[in-house]
Amino acid sequence: MTGRPGNGTMERLFWGVGSALVVIYALIPVAWIVSLSLKRSGDLGDNRFFPQNVTLEHYQVVFSDPQFSAALWNSVGIAGISTLAAVLAGMFAAYAIVRLEFSGRRLILAAALCVAMFPPVSIVGPLFDMWRILGLYDTWAGLILPYMTFTLPLAVWTLSAFFRDIPWDLDKAARVDGATPFKAFVYVIAPLAAPGVFTAAILVFIFTWNDFLFAISLTSTNNARTVPAAIAFFTGGSRFEQPTSSIAAASVVVTVPIIIVVLIFQRRIVAGLTSGAVKG
Amino acid sequence: MTRRAAEQRLAWLLCAPAVIAMLVVTAYPMLYAVWLSLFRYDLRFPNQRRFVGVENYVSVLSAEAWWQSLFNTLFITVGSVVFEFLLGLVFALVMHRAIIGRQLVRASLLVPYGIITVVAAMSWRFAFDPTTGFVNALLGLESAWLTQRWTAFFVIIQTEIWKTTPFMALLLLAGLSVVPEDLLRAARVDGANAAQRFFKVTLPLMRPVIMVALLFRTLDAFRIFDTVFVQTRGAQGTESVSIVGYNALVTRLNLGLGSAVSVLIFVCVLTIGVLYIKGFGSDWSRRREH
Repeated sequence: MTGRPGNGTMERLFWGVGSALVVIYALIPVAWIVSLSLKRSGDLGDNRFFPQNVTLEHYQVVFSDPQFSAALWNSVGIAGISTLAAVLAGMFAAYAIVRLEFSGRRLILAAALCVAMFPPVSIVGPLFDMWRILGLYDTWAGLILPYMTFTLPLAVWTLSAFFRDIPWDLDKAARVDGATPFKAFVYVIAPLAAPGVFTAAILVFIFTWNDFLFAISLTSTNNARTVPAAIAFFTGGSRFEQPTSSIAAASVVVTVPIIIVVLIFQRRIVAGLTSGAVKG
Repeated sequence: MTRRAAEQRLAWLLCAPAVIAMLVVTAYPMLYAVWLSLFRYDLRFPNQRRFVGVENYVSVLSAEAWWQSLFNTLFITVGSVVFEFLLGLVFALVMHRAIIGRQLVRASLLVPYGIITVVAAMSWRFAFDPTTGFVNALLGLESAWLTQRWTAFFVIIQTEIWKTTPFMALLLLAGLSVVPEDLLRAARVDGANAAQRFFKVTLPLMRPVIMVALLFRTLDAFRIFDTVFVQTRGAQGTESVSIVGYNALVTRLNLGLGSAVSVLIFVCVLTIGVLYIKGFGSDWSRRREH
């Protein structure tokens, strides 16, 4: 009670209220879409934030819609394979950049920087034309190729940042003991690098899971159409019914897994997101 | 010497998949776009393909639609990046200073980052919708936000801010943690108040991180597509340049004209990047003089 009146507690209260406001702001649209997905169709126009009566019928509609299950399968497959490809290629490149003496180092980092800043809409047309000729239009491969390319910069940077923190001497020791650089990579660096690789994989996955422009430009059917495209083009049960509730339910279905992953691995994601910007 | 050469070869070999992917999927299509932009080439009439030189560029640059979309895009970009930066700075300070609940704040900020942009845009569209939404009831208004140009811009920019402020805040938080506590304590002892400490010590030290965050977000915001597509489809004069490009290329299948738009967008992005890096450069040299 004596000394600094209010300084400690007031400051604490100030930042505490600030924290609460930030949390509310971040979660409102998520709570809102969950609430919409649970409202009965008749209650949609009640202008309330929370549902008066809870129903799961919209989830049933969404899961019985073949278009949505196809999109979900496409999204999981395409994002999964793209992530694997981008992280593998990124891992090799990052290893070379961090550990090996070679002339192309700056060039590759610069190229990655260019790709990161590249506007995807600029190549949508040519890819559309090329993919039609090559038979890649409306296929998984047709989306995997651009996705892995556009996430390579993210993978290369994140991995380079993590690789830099790995104790180099272990790798040197392995090479003194007669291991080739390749063996040193597989047996010494790779296990140490696993957390970084995992982080890069999450960031890349989120990026590909999120993409919309390529998804609507390079696909036309359930063959390769992914979730964001399916949600944007959702048509309701009937032509005259606004598909609001179905869109909301579908949104919740594809958002919840990502939120869970993000919350479990939040430390790593934050470290991965910021590593390039602060150190580079 | 041979070991060196072997190392060089291995390095290139390891980089080959990444380099090839970047060349095949971005560099080649970009050159192809430049090539296509010199032709009259409409996929609905593929037989009428012929070389027209810069005619496509002339028609794009003399169309009011292009300039309006460019203005829209710059408006959205500046609007969202400025507010994101200010809000992100506040969020970063809250996370930096909060003793209780820091984890919770960081966790909830990752939610907008992880969510699909289309979903975020849908959620806000429904929230502002006069029949299904809660915003009008909350504010006591009866406004059809997305049917008028400026209110539609407000919803679009608002959505962008919500979705991408977390990225900004996390980068700025990383920048804040670079500032040594000792320096701030010393400034406090010297009699600097909170505002002085923030503007004279913290911000200058964060400058490089701020520059990187702003550059990335500006280029990202300039490419805006998803939110506009979901919320207005470019109606009410809210088209962004990416929407114009998409409509020409994919909706109207006019590859020649659309490619000219693509090339112009690329030039815009390049210009923004160069302007930032120039600003960056002079910033650095000024700091070196000190």
